[in-house]
Amino acid sequence: MEELLLTPLHEEHLKLKARMIPFDGFDMPVQYSSILEEHYAVRERVGIFDVSHMGEIEIKGKDALLFADYLVTNSLIKMKDGDIKYSPLCYPHGGQVDDLFVYKIRDDFVLLVVNASPNHSVKDYDWIIKNKGDFKVNITNKSRDYGEVSVQGPEAIKLLEPLVKGDISLNELKRFKFITGELFGKKILISRTGYTGEDGLEIYSFKSEDIIDIWQSILKEGKKFGIKPCGLGARDTTRFEVCYWLYGNDIDETVNPLESGQDWTVKLDKENFIGKDALLKIKEKGVSRKLVGLYVPQGGIPRSKMEVKKDGKKIGYVTSGNYCPSLKKVYAWAILDLPYTKKGGKVDIAIRNKEVEAEIVETPFFPPFNKR
Amino acid sequence: MSNKVIENLYYTKSDEWLKVEDSIGTIGITDYAQDQLGDIVYLEKIEKGKKLKQDETLTTIESVKAVSDIKTPVTGEVTEVNIKVIEDASIINKEPYIGGWMAKIKIENKDELKNLMSAQEYSEYRKE
Repeated sequence: MEELLLTPLHEEHLKLKARMIPFDGFDMPVQYSSILEEHYAVRERVGIFDVSHMGEIEIKGKDALLFADYLVTNSLIKMKDGDIKYSPLCYPHGGQVDDLFVYKIRDDFVLLVVNASPNHSVKDYDWIIKNKGDFKVNITNKSRDYGEVSVQGPEAIKLLEPLVKGDISLNELKRFKFITGELFGKKILISRTGYTGEDGLEIYSFKSEDIIDIWQSILKEGKKFGIKPCGLGARDTTRFEVCYWLYGNDIDETVNPLESGQDWTVKLDKENFIGKDALLKIKEKGVSRKLVGLYVPQGGIPRSKMEVKKDGKKIGYVTSGNYCPSLKKVYAWAILDLPYTKKGGKVDIAIRNKEVEAEIVETPFFPPFNKR
Repeated sequence: MSNKVIENLYYTKSDEWLKVEDSIGTIGITDYAQDQLGDIVYLEKIEKGKKLKQDETLTTIESVKAVSDIKTPVTGEVTEVNIKVIEDASIINKEPYIGGWMAKIKIENKDELKNLMSAQEYSEYRKE
């Protein structure tokens, strides 16, 4: 077995007696106290996550924005400096290499924040290099250099606003925007983004070791807000309730963004991008299956890859499933053949040795903070 | 890590405990097991009257992050089920040895108790 990578906060996790698990090649905390307690801290107060395992790829040069626009399905050319956009990164056949966030620093400098993958997001990096063609760009994998924490919850802005020194106050920073500044004497980039369905901030340090001070100081300053360090367990339950895709579960190289509900990020009127031809054809023909939400009233918790059936026939598979702590109910996400995706329809999930009834419902299961 | 052990119970390698009163055995999971599972959110219904052999699956338990089978420490027939933990499985986290019991079983053959561990043996077995 390959040795696991460590984030700069690894020692901190051990000090806090976190339970560690391997995740995307990293040794990561799954929980510190309890997944449920950490989940409620994020929903009701504030939580801090180590997300230093995420990858950062810098694209610099004259064609930086144009090249990024060619790589992804979303349209980037109208982005202003300081804007952030979410987008799938597709293969020519329409399946996904990854999903990522594009930070537009300048026309000639774009930062891509990608998912962790073994060896510091080398999968995304190799793909991007391979497609460079004649674009005038320099591509650097900076995943080892950046540190990152995510501070999420209704108190996140209140906690960090007095501490961050930047061009504007965090109160003025809109969703999906970022600024650069200083926090506890360290240079940072800070964005009003997150993966929990709460208001919050993601903080990047340009030197990975700087994130240690930032983590410790936020935990200290956050005490009066009831902050909790949160692990991957709560990261998964918070993102799942509000139906944010998890690459590797809900989407992967076999799932195109038109069938996964990511269609709002696919701009088929763009001049050219990787996957455009395939996605145009799929759009014309119509998708053959769709990612849908399922409510599971009883009988256990559906987990990734379990079969979904109708009258004994396989019609799809579960991509994610869990107990949703904010709703105290069990839900699942599944990719089902199109004829079975109508709201209110009933299907069966094969949970181990038995079949459990589920109903197709609206998503998200729990509304994100700005829709409550 | 949490690993409280109670005297005078029998223990299995798969982290169940058994309390024996005459020919009736009460089954639950240990403090170590609940701690390893994390937040427990589901316990599958247990059928009263079901006959099980030693080590057969009594029920299945799920936490936010994991699934685990609960095995019967002894052969016998299920005589009583703790409805409270079926309705609210989180009791098992809070009180693994008291309120968190799952089922009672009519012990068929007390010789099987020899295959189980004492509190001291189990404590050693799960010592890190």
